[in-house]
Parts: sequence; C-alpha cells; structure tokens
Amino acid sequence: MELGLFLALLGAALATFLAGIGSSIGVGKAGVAAAGVLAEEPNLFSKVLILMLLPATQGIYGLLVAFLILQGVGIIGGGAGEISNLEGLLYLAASLPIAASGLFSAIHQGKCSVAGIHTVAKKPDTMGKALIIPAMVETYAILALLISILAINGIGALGI
Amino acid sequence: MKSQDFTYAVSRIRMKETKLLSKKDIDRLISQKDYQSTIRLLSELSFGDDTLDKNQILSYEQNKLWALMGELVEDLSVFDVFRLQNDFHNLKVAVKSVYSDVSPYSMMISGGTLSSEKIYDCVRNRNFKDLGDVFCEVAEASLDTILKTGDGQLCDALIDKACLKAIFDLGEKTNEAVIKDYAELFVASSNIKIAVRGSKLNKPLEFFTKSLSFCNTLDTELLAKNAVKGFDEICTYLSQTKYKESVDYIRKSMSSFEKWCDDLLINGLKKQKYEPFTVGPLVAYILAKQNEIKAVRLILIGKQSGLDDTKISERIRELYV
Repeated sequence: MELGLFLALLGAALATFLAGIGSSIGVGKAGVAAAGVLAEEPNLFSKVLILMLLPATQGIYGLLVAFLILQGVGIIGGGAGEISNLEGLLYLAASLPIAASGLFSAIHQGKCSVAGIHTVAKKPDTMGKALIIPAMVETYAILALLISILAINGIGALGI
Repeated sequence: MKSQDFTYAVSRIRMKETKLLSKKDIDRLISQKDYQSTIRLLSELSFGDDTLDKNQILSYEQNKLWALMGELVEDLSVFDVFRLQNDFHNLKVAVKSVYSDVSPYSMMISGGTLSSEKIYDCVRNRNFKDLGDVFCEVAEASLDTILKTGDGQLCDALIDKACLKAIFDLGEKTNEAVIKDYAELFVASSNIKIAVRGSKLNKPLEFFTKSLSFCNTLDTELLAKNAVKGFDEICTYLSQTKYKESVDYIRKSMSSFEKWCDDLLINGLKKQKYEPFTVGPLVAYILAKQNEIKAVRLILIGKQSGLDDTKISERIRELYV
C-alpha cells in the first residue's frame, strides 16, 4: 500500500513542479522582454501583459492534474483507500504527458512570447496576430492535459 | 567573452528602432529650404536640439547612443569592434595635438574603451604602457614618427593599420556572426579604399605593404601589387573577388563606393530585425544609428554649402528601418 501511494504522489509532484518550472522559465523570459518594452512605452502594458502570461497556463494544467491524482487516491476529500503498486504506477504514468509537455512547451512558448512582445513593440496594431503565434504552442500542452485527465479518470474505472 | 542575456536590451531596442529617422523623414529634411529650417525639423523629430550647432548635434546623438548601450549591456566589450574605432580616432587627435601643442578635447569623441583624457595624458607623458597592449606600440611609433618627420599622413597610416588589425583580431575571436561579418567587411573595404587612393597618388609598393591589413576575403599582397600597377589593375583584381559588384561603384567615385559598402552592411543586418535573443539587433541598431548620424551630417553639410537636393539624396545611405 505504501509504495503505491508514494508512486501516485510522485506523479502529482512531477505534474506540478515540471510544468511549473516550464511556466516560470517561460513567463520569466517574456517578463524580461515586457519590462524592456515598458521602460520605453508604458502605454503598452495591457498588450504585453497578455503575451507575457501565455506560458503561465502550463503550470495551471500541472496543478489541475495533481489535484485529480490527489483526489483519485483519496488524499483530498478523505478516505484514502488501498492503493496497489500497479495503481500507483498508473497514476505516475498518467502524470507524465502534462509534466513533460508542460515543461518544454512553456519554455518554447516563452520564447515565442518574447518575439510577439517585440512585434507589438514595433507595431502595436498587430497584437491579434502576435498573440496567435505563441498560442499555437499551447495546443500541445492542451493535448497532453487531455491525455493526462483521460488516463486518471480511466484508472478508477479499471477496478484494480 | 562572457555570455550575456540580451532579451531586455533587444526589447528596448525594438522600441528605439521605431524612433529612428525613416526614409520619409530623411526626404523631408532634404527638401527643407535652408540650414536653419533643417535644424528646426531635426529638433521636431527629436534628433539633437535646435540650440546646438551641427557638430554638437551629431556628437550629442553619438553620446546618447553610447549612453544607451552602457545602460542596456552589462559588459560593453561586445561592442569593442566599434568602440576601438573611437579610441584610434582619439589616438590620432592626441598624437597630433601633442605635436602641435593644442588642446585635443574639442576634436575627440566619446564611446571608446578608454577615456579621451587618459589617451591624451598617456601620449603627452609618453606613458604608453598604460594604454594597454592594443595601443601601446602604435601610440609610441606614431608619436615618434610625427615628431621626427612631421608627416601627419604617415602617422595616420600607422594608426589606421593598427586599427584594422585590432578590428580583424576581434572579428576572429568573437562567436557572434554579425560582428565577424562586420569586422571582415570593414577591413576589406578599408583595404580597397587605401589601394584606390594610394594608386591615384602613385604611391610605391612599400606604402601599400605597410598600410594594407590582412583579411580573409582579399589577398592583400596581390592587391598591393595591382595597386602599384594602376587603378584599372585594382578593378581587374577585385572583379575576381567577392567584391566584384563594387567595381562599378569604385569607377564612379570613392563616395559611391563608400555608400555601396555601408548599404551592403546595413542590408546584411536587416535579418537582425527578426532575432529576439542575441547581440545582433544591438549591433544592427548601433550601425543604423551611425548611418542616421552620417545621413544627417551629409544633409546639414549639403544645406550649409547650398548643395542641390538631388546631389544630397544620391549620397544618403540605405536606412535600417
């Protein structure tokens, strides 16, 4: 029982901290670029803020998956039951898509956001287009989130 | 070279680029009826200040550029390829000022790796070692030359060669492709200018071997030999190198060749507009700003001397924005 629970918790931890690391790097990079633009043109604050926050979503997705795992094993909501080693391993596996995809997609989305912030700095009218480009990277984080959620929901139905 | 993060600096430069003079602004400046109205328009365009004269406006903008770079970049040594040119200019001024016993400061420029005061003091007190390895030898040699011969041109040739060598060495050392390309083109185009000018003055082979500096895209020995033979031989040699397109411009005039070199450089840098993280956009901005200062200088000189608008337009370099 102990090892199974540990593996499930490890999954929740990985989803939170790997996706969180990705988001903090991405938002950090975009934040530096935003600060540079705002030093010259403070009126662009609302536009650069949106672009800067785009890579933050992966961290939220990781948190959501961690919640679902904690709920699935009964750590949240009470009633933590028997967790077999296999079940623990399955929760760990279910966390991996958002953990890995969250880490890398947030870093690359951050780079895209920096470029988008530069585009807005030069041509504020192109905000819509500058937003779509880094938003494309988000697709892969959403796909990973979807698989992680489906997998976690499926584990309960397996009746292991 | 210490690795630096340029994200913040590039972001500020992107905003600064929007404030560079555009082609339309330059056309408006050229079409002004006289010098005073051009100065007023420059002030409206936030270039200089209408209380300043021509030279003060240009040095004000030059100082502003280097103050901005100092603010943006922790270690300015990444721009040594530009800063050294200012140092060597100041060295020329210092050596000639010591020779003629006049104050050098009004002719010296900022934005070098050493302060103008330090350069002048070291030359005046013959304390060459304090100038560092790059300048020590050439400062002593050029001061001795001018004191013995009184030949300012020879002194300039010595300093120019040392400058070209220093820039070439920096280009070889750096990992930044944009600085490497700039250094190579700068040395090669300077060699071509020396060869053409020397050839027109019928200078001997010794002059060329002493003045031309090694670079990767030209064989300086061959260039020197052809320069002794004559102007047409230089053109024949260049038509076999990567600078073959320059031949038509060289045949037209030296200023048209200089414009071709500057345009080649600025067109090569236009791809830096899409580079968000490296030093490239900062290098491009420095060159763009220097091009802008050159353009304004040309316009103001043209307006002062009553030059025709079309003649001024012909000499204006391509703009980065």
